[in-house]
Parts: sequence; C-alpha cells; structure tokens
Amino acid sequence: MSAPVTQHEPAVRMVKRDTIPTWKAWGIRLLAVVLALLLSGLFIFAVTKLNPVAVYRGMFEGAFGSERNTWVTIRDAMMLLCVGVGLAPAFKMRFWNIGAEGQILMGGILTAGLMIHLGYTFSTPVLLCIMALASIAAGAIWGLIPAIFKARWGTNETLFTLMMNYVAIQLTSYCVALWENPAGSNTVGIINMQTRAGWFPKILGQDCMLNVILVMTLTVGMFLYLKYTKQGYEIAVVGESANTARYAGIKLSRVYIRTMAISGAICGLAGFISVAGAGHTISVDTAGGRGFTAIIVAWLAKFNTFVMILIAFLLAFLDKGAIEIASQFNLNNDASNIITGIILFCIIGSEFFINYKLVFHRRKEAAGK
Amino acid sequence: MSMTQFISLFQAAIVFGTVILYGAIGEILTEKSGNLNLGVPGIMYLGGIAGLAASFFYELDNPAPNPAVCLVLSFLAAFAAAALGGLLFSFLTITLRANQNVTGLAITIFGGGVANFFGGSLNTLAGGVGQISVAATSAVYRAKIPGLSSLTIGDFPLGNLLFGYGFMAYLAIAAAIVLWYFLTRTQSGLNLRAVGENPATADAAGINVTRYQYLATCIGAGISGLGGLYYTMDYIKGTWGNDGTIESLGWLALALVIFSVWRPLNTIWGSYLFGALTWLYFYIPNLTRKDMELFKMLPYLVTIAVLILISTRKKRENQPPAHLGLSYFREER
Repeated sequence: MSAPVTQHEPAVRMVKRDTIPTWKAWGIRLLAVVLALLLSGLFIFAVTKLNPVAVYRGMFEGAFGSERNTWVTIRDAMMLLCVGVGLAPAFKMRFWNIGAEGQILMGGILTAGLMIHLGYTFSTPVLLCIMALASIAAGAIWGLIPAIFKARWGTNETLFTLMMNYVAIQLTSYCVALWENPAGSNTVGIINMQTRAGWFPKILGQDCMLNVILVMTLTVGMFLYLKYTKQGYEIAVVGESANTARYAGIKLSRVYIRTMAISGAICGLAGFISVAGAGHTISVDTAGGRGFTAIIVAWLAKFNTFVMILIAFLLAFLDKGAIEIASQFNLNNDASNIITGIILFCIIGSEFFINYKLVFHRRKEAAGK
Repeated sequence: MSMTQFISLFQAAIVFGTVILYGAIGEILTEKSGNLNLGVPGIMYLGGIAGLAASFFYELDNPAPNPAVCLVLSFLAAFAAAALGGLLFSFLTITLRANQNVTGLAITIFGGGVANFFGGSLNTLAGGVGQISVAATSAVYRAKIPGLSSLTIGDFPLGNLLFGYGFMAYLAIAAAIVLWYFLTRTQSGLNLRAVGENPATADAAGINVTRYQYLATCIGAGISGLGGLYYTMDYIKGTWGNDGTIESLGWLALALVIFSVWRPLNTIWGSYLFGALTWLYFYIPNLTRKDMELFKMLPYLVTIAVLILISTRKKRENQPPAHLGLSYFREER
C-alpha cells in the first residue's frame, strides 16, 4: 500500500430521501408498471411474434370484455384483496405471516364440511353465519399457533407459518378424499348443486355482490383499525422497533398473539368467501397461491388497504387477461405468471427510487481535484 | 415389510431425496450470507426448464446427439439459468434493498410461470406435437455404473442399492461435503458466515459484504437449480409435468434447511429421511387414500418440531444465521 491512494469516487452514489411528494412517488410506480408492460410486450413478441398491442387489447377484453368477465375479475380481485387485508396488520408489525395459504384452506375446509353436513339442517342465512364463524375460528387458530411460539420462545415465524401451509394442504387433500363426490373422481364436486344451501345469495341480481360487500367492509374497517385505534398504534410501534415498543410498556407477546389471531381470522374468512361465495367446492386450489400473492399485495401497498384495492385489481386483471390470450393464441395459462412476475419485479425495484435519490458524480468536479 | 419392499423404499427415498438435497445445499449457502431466498421453488423451476430446453433444441437439430454434449449443455444451462434467478434476487435485495421475502415469493411466481409456460408449449412453439421429451439426454443422466450396479451378495442386490442411481445422486453428496468443508474449514467460508451473522462487524473487519452476498446467493441458486435439473432429467425421465411438483419439492427443500439446522452434512441423511417419510405410505398395507394424504404431512410436521425444538433449546450452534432475512445497510450501522 505504498503507492499513493487515488481518490476513488463512485460515478453514482445514493442518498436517502427525507420525503418525496406523493405525486412523484406515484409517478415512479406508474413508470414501473409501464416499464413492466413494455418488457412483457417484448416477451410476448419474442415468443409469439404477435403484435403486443393486439395482445393487450385481448387481455383487456378477457378481463372486462363482457359483464360476466368483469364480475369474474371483480370476484378474483376481492379474494386477493381480502387476504391482503388480513395480512396487513401482521406485516405492519413486521410479523412475517407467510401462512395465509394455509389459513385460507383451514377456513375453506370448515366451510365446505359444514355445507355438506348441515346443508339440510339449517336455513341458508343461519348456515352462512355458522360457516363464517367456524372459518374465522379455524383461520385464527392456524395463525395463533406460530404466534404463540414466537411470543414465548421467539420461534422463527417466517419458516413456521410457511410449514403450516403444507400441513393445511395435506389436511385439505385428506378432506377431499373424505368427501369425494362422485366416488373415484378425487374431487368434492359442486356442493349442494340443487339446493344451493349455504351458497351466497344473489344481491341486486349479482352472485358475487355479497363478496364485494364483505370485503369492502373489511377493507374500510382494517384501514380505520390500523390508523385510528390504540391497538393499531401499538402494531405500528412494534413494527417500527420492538425495543421501542418494549420501552414504551407495550406487551410484545400480547400484541403478537392478538394481531395474528386477527390476521388468521380474516384469512380464514377469505376461505369461507372462496368456498361459499365463489367455488362452492373445496380443493387444494381453493387458495390457489393467493396466500403468497397477497403478501406482495400487502407489502407493495405499504399496508394501506385502499392502495391494495388498486394492486389487487391490477393482478386480477393480468391473470384473467393472460388466460384469455392464452386461449385465443393457443398458449398455456402460465404466461400470466410470467407477466405477473415481471410487473412485481418492476414495482419491487421501483421502491428503491422512491426511498433513495441517485446522485451522479460530475466529471468537472473530478477534474478539478 | 418384506425385503423387496424395503429395497424399493430405500431407492425411492434416495431418488426423491436427491432433488431436495440440491435445493437445500444451495439454500444453505445462500442463507449463510444472511439472504433468505424464498424463491427456491422458482429457482428449481428455472434450472429444470433451462436444462430441458437446452437439450431439447440440441436434440431437435441433431438426429444423433452426442451424449457428452447433451450432458454439458443441459447442465450448464440449468446452472446458469438458476444462477441468473439468484442474480435477480441479489440485485433487487442487495443493490435495490428490496424486502427479501417479497422478492423471493415474486421469484417463485415468475420461475413457476416461465417453466410451466415453456414446458407446456416449447414443443408446440417449435412446430412439434405432443409432449416434450429428451430421451437421449435423459439416458445420460440415468446411466448407471456397469458391473458395480449389478453386484449382489447372495440374494441381496447391494450393487443396485448403492450404485443404481444416475451420477447426480452422488454429485449431490459430494456437493454437500464440499460445502461443509468450505463453510467450516476455509477462510472464505468463515468470512461468509461472519457476513450472515453480523454484516456490520464483517464489514468493519474488511470483508466485502456485498460481494460475499452476491456470490453466495448466485452460486447457491445455481446449486438449487440442479435439483430441478435432476428432477426433469432423471426423476421424470426427460419430460415435463405441469403438475406443480417442483414447487412443492422446493418448499420441502426449504424445510430441509431448517431440519438440518443449516448444516450441510445433516442435509444428506435428512434428505433421504424426508424421501422415506414421503413415500412411506406406499409401503404400508391397507391404507386408504385419506390416510396417505395424512402421511404426506410427516416431513412438514417433523420440520415444525425441529423448528420449535431449536428455538426452545436456544443452543447457539443450532440457531439460524443471526442476520437471516434482514438487509444490511452500511449507513444504518
């Protein structure tokens, strides 16, 4: 190291931003989405040699082209939103609930089981209430188990909740085999097809209107809970710094357990909505990866449940649209996951440019030294 | 259980275990740098499809494919594609400082999409019909050592039991041992562990934290990707199945990392144990399909038990890397 040390100034350095105007932050996110659509278009063109604009038009028609398609897109967006809303409180306190998939399935199993066994005992409104309560309890218990271990022994919640998913998936497979109908089909089939017992009733002539009402109520409720209640404040403090929370006299273990019960309960309710309000059956696809996708929804929305509505619709649109172009152009449905992935990478990456500013090193200054 | 059944379970366990062994070894290397990459399923998907695609196009152009070229092409393609997945993860989480869990899950979605899209439509896109199949390459991967593999002691097919697998089953064991040696016996391995335990201290000691994290994550991803390659080439004989098996194997590999308490040597027997637990139901008489589904839960239940045990015992040598899942920002020291 005897040679004179040359001043190595990087060409680019980053500076953390103090604040960023809201319009600018959203401008950056919008740019990310546009970039992602361009990249996806490039990908579509490279693989199929189709005009990307025509493909995007096809996607739009697939998602919103008819009243029926529109409602399917809304229904899917609501499901994703519901899970995202459930995850919001857990993630806000930096408790990594990767177990939404399992919590949805547990709610779904109980709903399906009650629908099958009590379909002739109770009237639909009573049955719906019973199923809702049961699914809430099931999801809450599935969320509570890792929370209790985290609170008591600090067991890693990311890995614990992840493993709980697979226990739930196998339980679902067990129930599917148990309730198989017709025998040998390895599916449960549509439950109560004739009687529609335990199905969500039509409201204003729409099958999924109740889904929308329930999920929007939860969305508004969760927004208020996180923003204006004492418990919501405690969650925010724990999320910012567990040590600060401890110093302020917040009982960490109680907040962990309470919040995960709420988080699991809402995910369980999502399972109820998915079974009673959409599929009317149960399978390992009832959750269909939404438990994982919703994690990204909740995180990107910075736990603001209203922003989640936007993201949930964007993802549901992409999914429906990609399925449409897949059938139109004879490709398979998995193209939608590629496009979703590209969009997610771009939005995830764009957060950096919202939090940090790049400062380019000017050559003149360097020459002056 | 009869002897033939035992032998068959033993072999099923090794073949199944090898897939997740690759996934777990790669992920241990990654996690030792403090990066928790939940994208293992996606990375294994990328490795599987890249290897398959490379040999597919090679076999398409050459009616008489050269076995060595088949092997090298598919192996390199699988490693490179998976390592690129790791590079994407590293760029987003280390350079752009994105959240690791979210990025990892996005990689899983993306990798699954890419693999199943091309796996399902590669043949159609190339103008062929029916299922994709790379028989010549698969034969190379499935080749056994002649002589040794047919060795018997009395009636007992010892050779088949120990040497009756494709070369990647042995490569996985070798990789686990090399990783163990690297982590515990070399300076770079010690540095890497320091980065995963306490990056600020490592940084102060003059270790280039960013470089270690990038390298560990990319090479780790490459190794994990080989699990996908072994699955497509050996396990399902050079075809493709859009049934989501690789994804569930990827999650099982993550479980195996915990089960082995982040130690490469434990992953070897752990992976075969997971394989045996997964296939056990097949060898127990009079099981209904319901019971089989419950049996398949076993590896996950065992993993949860281990996770709880290591957190209640609090033995320091059994803990996850202290900085696992957290990003390191130099200026926030």
